[in-house]
Amino acid sequence: MSHRYIAAIDQGTTSSRCIVFDSSGSIVSVAQKEHRQIFPRPGWVEHDAEEIWANVLDVVHGALQKMSITVHDLAAVGITNQRETTVLWDAETGRPVHNAIVWQDTRTDQLVRELAADGGQDRFREKSGLPLATYFSGPKIRWLLDNVPGVRELAEAGKVLFGTMDTWLIWKLTGKHVTDVTNASRTMLMNLRTLDWDDELLAAMDVPRAMLPEIRSSAEVYGQATGTLQGLPVASALGDQQAALFGQTCYAPGEGKCTYGTGSFLLLNTGTEPVTSANGLITTVGYRIGDQPVTYALEGAIAVTGSLVQWLRDNVGLITSAPEIETLALTVEDNGGCYFVPAFAGLFAPHWRSDARGVIAGLTGYITKGHLARAVLEATAWQTREVVDAMNADSGVELSTLKVDGGMTANNMLMQFLSDVLDVPVVRPIIAETTCLGAAYAAGLAVGFWPDVDALRQNWHRAAEWLPAMDAKTRDRGYRKWRKAVQRTMDWIDEDDE
Amino acid sequence: MPGPIQSIERAAAILRLLASGARKMGVGELATALGLPKGTVHGILRTLQHVGFVEQSQDTGKYQLGAALFHIGSSYLDANELRTRALNWSDSLAARSKESVRIGTLHEGQVLVVHHVFRPDNSSQVLEVGALLPAHASALGRVLLANDPLGQPAGAELAGFTPYTCTDPDQLRQLLAETKSRGWAAEVEEMVEGEVSVAAPIRDRRGVTVGAIGISGPIERLCDPDRAPRTELVSYVREAARAISRDLGAIPW
Repeated sequence: MSHRYIAAIDQGTTSSRCIVFDSSGSIVSVAQKEHRQIFPRPGWVEHDAEEIWANVLDVVHGALQKMSITVHDLAAVGITNQRETTVLWDAETGRPVHNAIVWQDTRTDQLVRELAADGGQDRFREKSGLPLATYFSGPKIRWLLDNVPGVRELAEAGKVLFGTMDTWLIWKLTGKHVTDVTNASRTMLMNLRTLDWDDELLAAMDVPRAMLPEIRSSAEVYGQATGTLQGLPVASALGDQQAALFGQTCYAPGEGKCTYGTGSFLLLNTGTEPVTSANGLITTVGYRIGDQPVTYALEGAIAVTGSLVQWLRDNVGLITSAPEIETLALTVEDNGGCYFVPAFAGLFAPHWRSDARGVIAGLTGYITKGHLARAVLEATAWQTREVVDAMNADSGVELSTLKVDGGMTANNMLMQFLSDVLDVPVVRPIIAETTCLGAAYAAGLAVGFWPDVDALRQNWHRAAEWLPAMDAKTRDRGYRKWRKAVQRTMDWIDEDDE
Repeated sequence: MPGPIQSIERAAAILRLLASGARKMGVGELATALGLPKGTVHGILRTLQHVGFVEQSQDTGKYQLGAALFHIGSSYLDANELRTRALNWSDSLAARSKESVRIGTLHEGQVLVVHHVFRPDNSSQVLEVGALLPAHASALGRVLLANDPLGQPAGAELAGFTPYTCTDPDQLRQLLAETKSRGWAAEVEEMVEGEVSVAAPIRDRRGVTVGAIGISGPIERLCDPDRAPRTELVSYVREAARAISRDLGAIPW
């Protein structure tokens, strides 16, 4: 068999990567390249879509070269991507009309507030599953249509096209203008039940249908690549968190995972019916394989987890590399009564309080940098606990095991503490790179590299497991203190703050 | 025990002086500060410059601490950092070999397990991060001892765990020399009867061994009938060690 491998492109917020997997789901090659973060104004974050496209080609070729294999050794390539980041480009020239607006960008703040004034923050929740927030693509498209001269007319004529990064890459690779259901579900323009663009949502957001890609499943051959990757089937697209859910083989209702990165995302498979959250979670599409029924998920996003460790490294200078935080935290036995709530941009799930800002509570003369390091790590675990509680309430199912992945799973102390405060086993699969793996799995299913999801489950193996070892009294006291610290973050922003 | 060596004491005094000041110093200043003849100070400086511990400014002729000194100070790689950087490749090694993987560093003469990947068969296993293994009787330990500049601690008692454990210091010295030249180590039933481990060194960009990665498992799976570790498994271990070393900036070997 000449098609020995599957490649996955992970087009992320700070870098693009390509990982090549074999049929057991093991990594055989990796290449990575960072791209520029462009900050034109406070709160604005942009990427150069052309640079990203060039980097993606580089990393695919780089990963192939490292293994001394060629594109002919690949059965297919799958794509997973930073979600919601929005790019508009000229259909004829293929040139972006503006830098891509990144998901973190808050320039649509005013627009979102205006939309919320007319019907509330949840006015589109029933149809789209999402609360009104600056992250989602719809308001970003609207901003570009309103602010880049001449673009609206071209968009109405279908001469300027919209895409999230999956769409941009598939278009560059194959010339097809398509997206997948998971990425489409983050635009605020797709109806969760019809899985099509919704006229009412389009009208409210004032976005012309002509510029939108066709919504396809997450696992099918969208087209064959041209150019230097000539002939390679492009066979999957999934938003990064959905890809991780897929890579963790959470294929049954009640199975979920949490990915620990800059921020952290807990997703729970809720089956073929969307579950509307009463506890501040998002309803989203989990995945769809070919023409099979769509699978929905509940999502709880934690804005600041790994980035708090980075903050301690870059802004405070307490550590010189992120993993060192564990070394520092282990210099003390506990947090010394210190709690750190990193509500840097307000509180997210399940509180949703934009008037909150971060606090370090419980400071005494006894607190050392070791205690601070502990409090920083513990913040990630307590925030997870809050989201898990919300998820248990919404889904009516008690989480029995938490599957974890992402960079922070290398932090042993954090994983143990997480298990302690959740009071359930925490397990890490043998491939921590579940995001890429999910994209590879979906692409592999689409081209028959793997026969079915059961074959993928066979690949899932436990690489590490942390069991709860904290007594209930300690856990309850810790959680109580954490919640008191959370209370202290609220009502900080005043009317006249900018 | 002979008394302190005067020239080394003086060299140390010069380094301390250069480290304490915020500015570069000339030979005259150093000689005055230390109450030594200029010629003596100059001779010591020339030697220190030769080994890279001090550097002389081209235009002013004054001296400052050299880059080599800083490399010595930073040769320690944080164990948690090592685990983070090794995560993907240790997972891959476990998946390919179908055995459990451990990464170890030397800690007071023993091997400290800093990372552990379960054997990928979903059986119940306990995370052993933080456990200590005997250096002389484990493959991880032999790799680390063989590549440690201090080498095997002289006169240390070599405990026996099974009838196969190497407890003879001379024999161990020979095993370590072999380990160093072939680039990997194995122990067959020396720590636990019926168990075998294979390991290879992880190196950083300066070629310094900062840890060892290895697999362990039952002799039936890891060895050929002649008790030699299976070539295929040895190559997986060495490939993983090389891949991690590459990520740490080591020149491929």
